[in-house]
Amino acid sequence: MQLEQMYQEIILDHYRSPHGAGLRDPFDAESFQINPTCGDEITLRVRLDEGKVAEISHETLGCSISQASASVLTDLVVGRSVEESMRVLTAFQEMAQGRGQVEPDEDVLGDGVAFAGVARYPARVKCALLGWMAFKDAVVRVSGDVPGTAGGTSDGKDAT
Amino acid sequence: MTAVDTPAAASALDVAAVRADFPILSRTVRDGKALVYLDSGATSQRPRQVLDAEREFLEQHNAAVHRGAHQLAEEATDAYESARARIAAFVGADPASLVFTKNATEGINLVAYAMSNAATAGPDAARFTLGPGDEIVVTELEHHANLVPWQELCRRTGATLRWFEVSPDGRLDLDSDPITERTKVVAFAHQSNVLGTVLPVAELVRRARAVGALTVLDACQSVPNRPVSFTGLDVDFAAFSGHKMLGPSGVGVLYGRQDLLAAMPPFLTGGSMIEMVRMEGSTYAPPPQRFEAGVPMTSQAVGLGAAVDYLSAIGMDAVEAHEAALTGRALDALAEVPGVRVVGPTDLVDRGGVVAFVVDGVHAHDVGQVLDDRGVAVRVGHHCAWPLHRRFGVAATVRASVHVYNTPAEIDALVDGVRAAQKFFGVA
Ligand SMILES: Cc1ncc(COP(=O)(O)O)c(C=O)c1O
Repeated sequence: MQLEQMYQEIILDHYRSPHGAGLRDPFDAESFQINPTCGDEITLRVRLDEGKVAEISHETLGCSISQASASVLTDLVVGRSVEESMRVLTAFQEMAQGRGQVEPDEDVLGDGVAFAGVARYPARVKCALLGWMAFKDAVVRVSGDVPGTAGGTSDGKDAT
Repeated sequence: MTAVDTPAAASALDVAAVRADFPILSRTVRDGKALVYLDSGATSQRPRQVLDAEREFLEQHNAAVHRGAHQLAEEATDAYESARARIAAFVGADPASLVFTKNATEGINLVAYAMSNAATAGPDAARFTLGPGDEIVVTELEHHANLVPWQELCRRTGATLRWFEVSPDGRLDLDSDPITERTKVVAFAHQSNVLGTVLPVAELVRRARAVGALTVLDACQSVPNRPVSFTGLDVDFAAFSGHKMLGPSGVGVLYGRQDLLAAMPPFLTGGSMIEMVRMEGSTYAPPPQRFEAGVPMTSQAVGLGAAVDYLSAIGMDAVEAHEAALTGRALDALAEVPGVRVVGPTDLVDRGGVVAFVVDGVHAHDVGQVLDDRGVAVRVGHHCAWPLHRRFGVAATVRASVHVYNTPAEIDALVDGVRAAQKFFGVA
């Protein structure tokens, strides 16, 4: 059955008890993102402290993949420098958009590698990226630009 | 034409024979699973007869229609106009009142843009002009295709958009009627692409007409599935798409009452739609040519002609009865599954063959993924009816929709898959 490849146990665990769920104060920036194809929404808040991601909190109205992804994002970037977190974001995005051809690096992505199976389902890639695009957008709102990434297009929110 | 759910009509449809006409239905998906295609509301599959008609046209008669005096040009024009005539007969209309468009979306936009062009198109077009103080009425259940063009028309002209609301059981709330003397257009779906609800067209036409407003019917989900006569319904305009009625994509139809089309200014301009062109200015051909600028889609129109021949041979009463039986089976079976809630009417009264539902504790995307893994193709999301989903307090629904080729066993596969999704996500 292919279903287990996509819904790996790690993903289901994060979905059942998501980290960072529930909006918290104080925060430096908030981003609201929607997936126009299905109407899923995320509101994500970021608090930065001396160049590090101090806290992420989010409210996600979406499928298991988008919820689990926001949870994994929280685990992966909190405590890292903004620049490092953008490198993780880029790696996650490359994997998610890689159609299953990109071998993910577990050292960088941790639990995020569980989303490699999602990359085989193009319709679900946006679900996996929704929280990450909100994070990127929130960071831009705080710092004015995104350190460590080229260009500014957030592929998670283009309409199809 | 009588539309009754008689068993005789239902048994008139030999599903096995029908299925044999659709090559795609015998393919497998996701590692060898039989395809269970329950997404015809998004786009339907095409029978061999349609594919053959397109191929035969392209292999034997292809040329630019309405241009050139050679034999192929004549044959191509005949094929194109013959398709128009047969499609017109299928929807109870005169061929001169049928404009070929790319799809229903373009048909509705054609009317909306013609109305904004009316402001500068002289006295004949005055009846189409809109401005501040005028109102356009739609409903809360519209597909974006019959909502956004009217929002845009309001923005361009200063008119105001108003809408009918939807009641909790998924019917149009006729008491929320915003139609007044200010109303200039009333645009509404014949059948909701989410709820399956069939709207009370006669009543809406009566109310619109009482204040002199034009009616625009979105017939995307009705023409493919039941007998429809635009002249019988007495609407002013109507639009539908070929790809939802066993025909090709890239072709749709705008119907307009002939006196209205005759007075309406063009939307797209250029070749084929002119009467006389000088450097200083041009005059335009009578309808329908006035609204078909450029070389049109031709093999697609021919294919759509073949699709209505195919549907007519089965009989639209039989199609309607077949779909009603499948819809009833789905509604009954889903009602037996705890935690499943149908969004829309739960009986077959004024209801067509799309069934949208939510599963408590499992997001529609996740239900759809489990179904897909079992070969069952449905649509998940807001189905281009976002305000309607908001009205029901849900971000997304699962939608199954049927057509002539679906079987009771496929409905059972859907329901089994829904139970499997509940099990997989631990909510049952
Ligand atoms: C009710 C309704 N209206 C309009 C449309 C738009 O049709 P199309 O995309 O073919 O223009 C659809 C189909 O998606 C529909 O179901």
